[in-house]
Amino acid sequence: MRQVIHIASKEIKDYFVSPIAYIVISIFLMVTGWFFFTTFFLFNQADLRNFFNLLPITLSFVVPAVTMRLFSEELNVGSYEILLTLPVTFNDIIFGKFIAGVLFVAGALLPTLSYPICVSLLGQLDWGPVIGGYLGAVLLGAAFTAVGLFASSLTRNQIVAFIVGLGICFTLTLLDTMLFFFPRSLLGVISYLGADYHFNNIAKGIIDSRDILYFLSVVFLGLYGSHLVMQEKS
Amino acid sequence: MIHVENLTKYYDDFCAVDNITLDIEKGEILGLLGPNGAGKTTTLRMLTGYFLPSSGDIRVKDYSVYDDLLDIKKLIGYLPESAPLYQGMLVYDYLDYIANIRQLDTEGKLDRIRKLVDICGLQGIMHSPIGELSKGLKQRVGLAHAMMNDPEILILDEPTSGLDPNQIVEIREIIRHIGKEKTVILSTHILSEAEATCDRIVIINKGKIIADGSTEMLKQSSGKQRTIHLSLLKADSPAVRDRLGQVGGVSVVDTQDDEAGKVLRVKLTCIADTDLRESIYHTIKETDWVLLEYYQETQTLENIFRELTREN
Repeated sequence: MRQVIHIASKEIKDYFVSPIAYIVISIFLMVTGWFFFTTFFLFNQADLRNFFNLLPITLSFVVPAVTMRLFSEELNVGSYEILLTLPVTFNDIIFGKFIAGVLFVAGALLPTLSYPICVSLLGQLDWGPVIGGYLGAVLLGAAFTAVGLFASSLTRNQIVAFIVGLGICFTLTLLDTMLFFFPRSLLGVISYLGADYHFNNIAKGIIDSRDILYFLSVVFLGLYGSHLVMQEKS
Repeated sequence: MIHVENLTKYYDDFCAVDNITLDIEKGEILGLLGPNGAGKTTTLRMLTGYFLPSSGDIRVKDYSVYDDLLDIKKLIGYLPESAPLYQGMLVYDYLDYIANIRQLDTEGKLDRIRKLVDICGLQGIMHSPIGELSKGLKQRVGLAHAMMNDPEILILDEPTSGLDPNQIVEIREIIRHIGKEKTVILSTHILSEAEATCDRIVIINKGKIIADGSTEMLKQSSGKQRTIHLSLLKADSPAVRDRLGQVGGVSVVDTQDDEAGKVLRVKLTCIADTDLRESIYHTIKETDWVLLEYYQETQTLENIFRELTREN
């Protein structure tokens, strides 16, 4: 456990030492802020539905950009060899990097708390869906981080890692808008697989164990996939 | 200390390490020598637990590489080839991170880092990013990294490659210093380096061990064949071949006129347990040839190495 904390804190420091953190967070805030507030006054409603509706798509771009370096950079520089010969297990490494990624995504969401605060000054804001929305956002961020981590473990090229991660996250997000491609009998299963569907449930303020279970399973699959890739490499 | 048995590693179909058996004692400085692609790095990577063997066994103390990998990793300090450290980190931050992972407590950590700064000569660069250091300095940081937990076994993959002569001497000093108490395994393709630093040399080629022993042992074992070089004036080659060929022990006489056509260069290949120099001298003395040069090629590690690793 201590090893996980050491690895995670090192990864987080790395984010903030290099310019990536600042660039990614600024772009994330610019995109979400712009799309939210340009239509906010037209609807004239004191809620954050618009912000949360867009969040899965924004995150499916932002999170792979955050996670792409976690393994790829180490593989490329060769420090992966050093990491693996230190007294740490595969799980220490994977959890350390995963936690660093999730904390970073949560950190990027933190400044957006100013949106509900602004809105609550303008009108009567229902805090239930907002809290649900943020819980969902963190879960979604965690799921995407796990997927991005897996993509990063596959290749030493960060751009490839980004595109693979983006591809998977984007597909998960848009799956329930592509339902008309699939036969009727599969619709239930397919829509259950979509991340958007579960996220929207939570963002409505309904916290259902099925939705939480979905995100946790995606996290598990992503981390387990990374573990398999690491095993394959040795 | 380290017991390697029938170690084999395949990359897909390519056999990188082929059935190596090796025992390494405590306090030895072992040089793993071989041409590029011989399987040195792969062997070291398996010793450090980076790769798992395809078959065979590695035991470090009583730990098996299959079951107690974490315990083995705690005993070993490893510096991979060309020190691939985190480029963006400051030297101090990096050593601090390694100390944390090596589970040193706060006080021991500072002491240890100070000591390593002295041993490896890192004064003045502790606050530079690793990526901006020269190759030699980076290598020293890597050495400090490998020695962080005062490991019983230190494994270094080509520790002096790409360094300038002064740096090479410095790194060798450090290695010899450490080797007084610890077990050191290093790989190199520079023979003089192995000769200068190692107690024992293992030569591998194409994944197999082809020689194993101290420098002296290796030199003696292939020392029966000697080569003697002569330069003669006023001599013609048929006569030289005839006369010198009759000396007992000389197997081949090679002669070659040098460009001016006056000096005759002779190369004698001898197979004998005794030194033939005296009898050859007497043979020449009987004639009126003028002896300009006369020396016996000493059997260097270089020659042994070339002989052993030659194709076919």
